[in-house]
Amino acid sequence: MAENNYDMVIVGGGPGGYVAAIRAAQLGMKTVVVESKHLGGICLNWGCIPTKALLRCSEINHLLLNLDMFGFSADNISFDIKKIVKRSRSVAGQLSDGVKHLLKKNKVEVYDGWGRLTGKAGVVAVEKNGKIIVELKGKHVILATGARARALPGMEADGKRIWTYMEAMVPESLPASLLVVGSGAIGVEFASFYRNLGSEVTIVEVLDRVLPVEDEEISKLAAKSFEKQGMTLITSAQVKALKVGSSSVAATIESNGKSNELTFERVIMAVGIVGNVENIGLENTKIKVNRGHITVNEWCETGEPGVYAIGDVVGPPWLAHKASHEGVICVEKIAGVNDVHPLDTSNIPGCTYCQPQVASVGMTEKAAKDAGHKVRVGRFPFAGSGKAVAMGDTEGMVKTVFDAETGELLGAHMIGAEVTEMIQGYGIAKTLETTEAELLHTIFAHPTISETMHESVLNAYGRAIHY
Amino acid sequence: MTIEILMPALSPTMTEGTLAKWHTGEGEKVAPGDIIAEIETDKATMEVEAVDGGTLSKILVPEGTAEVQVNQVIAVLLVDDEDSSALDAAVANAAKAKDDRATAEVVKPETQAATTSSSARAEATQPSSTQKPSGDKRMFVSPLARRLAAKAGLNLSLIRGSGPNGRIVKADVDAAVAAPAPARAPAPTKDADFELVPHTAMRKAIARRLTESKQTVPHFYLTVDCQIDQLLETRKELNSRSDAYKISVNDMIIKMCAQALIEVPAANAAWSEEGARYFKSADIAVAVAVPGGLITPIIRGAHGKGLRTISNEMKELVGRAREGKLKPEEYEGGTFSVSNLGMFRIREFAAVINPPQACILAVGAGEKRPVVTDGALGIATVMTCTLSVDHRVVDGAVGAEYLAALRSLIESPLSLML
Repeated sequence: MAENNYDMVIVGGGPGGYVAAIRAAQLGMKTVVVESKHLGGICLNWGCIPTKALLRCSEINHLLLNLDMFGFSADNISFDIKKIVKRSRSVAGQLSDGVKHLLKKNKVEVYDGWGRLTGKAGVVAVEKNGKIIVELKGKHVILATGARARALPGMEADGKRIWTYMEAMVPESLPASLLVVGSGAIGVEFASFYRNLGSEVTIVEVLDRVLPVEDEEISKLAAKSFEKQGMTLITSAQVKALKVGSSSVAATIESNGKSNELTFERVIMAVGIVGNVENIGLENTKIKVNRGHITVNEWCETGEPGVYAIGDVVGPPWLAHKASHEGVICVEKIAGVNDVHPLDTSNIPGCTYCQPQVASVGMTEKAAKDAGHKVRVGRFPFAGSGKAVAMGDTEGMVKTVFDAETGELLGAHMIGAEVTEMIQGYGIAKTLETTEAELLHTIFAHPTISETMHESVLNAYGRAIHY
Repeated sequence: MTIEILMPALSPTMTEGTLAKWHTGEGEKVAPGDIIAEIETDKATMEVEAVDGGTLSKILVPEGTAEVQVNQVIAVLLVDDEDSSALDAAVANAAKAKDDRATAEVVKPETQAATTSSSARAEATQPSSTQKPSGDKRMFVSPLARRLAAKAGLNLSLIRGSGPNGRIVKADVDAAVAAPAPARAPAPTKDADFELVPHTAMRKAIARRLTESKQTVPHFYLTVDCQIDQLLETRKELNSRSDAYKISVNDMIIKMCAQALIEVPAANAAWSEEGARYFKSADIAVAVAVPGGLITPIIRGAHGKGLRTISNEMKELVGRAREGKLKPEEYEGGTFSVSNLGMFRIREFAAVINPPQACILAVGAGEKRPVVTDGALGIATVMTCTLSVDHRVVDGAVGAEYLAALRSLIESPLSLML
């Protein structure tokens, strides 16, 4: 079976796996990807991309309902949820085909099946319908099997009344009322989508604020905006039980020692992610699993020689771009490329496409202080931006956190229109290790919303012009 | 559009290398990823891949060129569908940059008065290789790393960058701060008052060349005492004959060193990687102190020249050396060096070899010393000479044979007549 020998066998065709595969092929490795479901993985098929397609529609609905502020009027505004879902699916389908094409172009082979480590060095068995269809032998094997929604015991999703992100992405009808359990990125994005289309939305968060990984001020502004839109936020609260009825779900929500029962048409469980570590043959290896994730070192090496793991299956942050970047680092390290460095987690941006959008990179103010930094903090509101006012997007703020002694940009936190497109400015600044001086000297084009990024830095150094 | 192909850095510390081979000829098409050339450093040979596609229009650095500086333009690529006027402009630009460098180096007075023959050759005859002192090289440092280093009082030039192209980043400075480390500049002591004199090109060349010599050339030393009463007598007599010349002891030693090299040609040698070079002519480089350093003007073919010629030539060369007006060919390419500190009453010393030459003779003062001749104690004028020898190319016995020949000439100067 000489033809089944590869330099690189990759299990999983998501944003970690397929990017790693293309990079490996570029570096001259004979590469194969094993994918059981969709090329592009969750990100492309059931995550990042189709949700953006959905959110685009809900934003349009929001705009249509607020036409008056732009001088328009329209009657009988309506939408068809089925068409909205159909569009989202076709976007995902189009891009999945694109990945297939990219792999083909780079001469990466693809096996449709379930990959499993056999315990023989570098050998991955591919199963289809319960039968092994082929064994692939790789000099190197990368596990990029991803993750799935975490389930709370006794509150498992049934796909009908209790949804995970999968069912929430393909609703057949708009629920009149919706409970979102968990206020991370996935939770609040669905909350924004359904709220903008008209559902009554309640978010329950176990911690004391929504978007708890973001800077506290950003969480506060997001909460204020969500509530203004009509969402109900219940923080420092836990859903103790879900009772599924014929047409609704009764949720027992405990907060401040008091228990309340509220009824919703649907529930979305968005309480985190667990790695897909089952049935991939880990038991045949020395690979260690810790709390649902594969343990790796900074070069993505597992405990088993020649086997690597990248992306969601190795742990947070569960972000497609983190998985892709790890894939590239892992492959380049294997190939002996010069100047490969381990992933710098402080430079991974995070984006949440709720309304208003939230984006951040690096340390929150609190994290910076906890790490012992003396900080200089700058803030600038969107209300001070001419472009934001012209666009009618005055809700927003940019916050920058600098080390007071060295001028290092420790973190940047943004909320408002288009911030997910702008965070990269700070990402580049951080990667290049600029200090405040280079940011102060950078000329930001006028009129743009990105001027708020400049003003925030100016503000940190007592020099804001428009605030 | 034209694209300049630059000399790549194969490692973060690489500053120059040899362009070993062109795989693509002028006028040939290249595609991204094609191997176009091979670069050699002292450590490795690496292939250079084309990044862009197009036609390799002009090779600016021919195969086999050594000491090509990183980022020097080595060729020009013409992207398809462009007319060749763009190429002419690009080539002219590259050539102009080269000329500018050359001019800059020639007008620099220190360069002309460079210390030793070979360093002078490198700096004056190959200006296109831009032998800039390393301090002038562009250093890649992130703004944050620069600021952190300044705060910590670290010298950035001592820190190795781990970023792209050797860029020094925060992590490198943090590591240097954590290290106990020579990277830290010594804290200036308060009571040590000093004046800081910036290095001249000559000073830098002396530092670099002699450090290289002491670090890479395996020196050994042979010392011999020579009785020079007869030599002094001969000199006196020669000088009494005419006022048209005034022969010094040093002039006579130059002549004798040359004659000895002809008698023991194995000592008239130079080490090179390709093989040992044995010279046919005895070109004697003589160390001359000049303001701010020293330089080694050369008496070419000294074995074939009379003492009067040698003496007059030396006077003229020393005069111009002190004015910084020697031409490169007058101080580069000797085969053997002489350094004489006798006039300072130095009894004996060991000189640093002047690569790639294999030998340098250190001449001490002639002084009256007790000597034993035929079992009887007597007084003679004795001069101690020490030969520093590059053991890679000249062995102990050859060096000893050479010194014996030299001593014999010095002690019976009339042999020069033979």
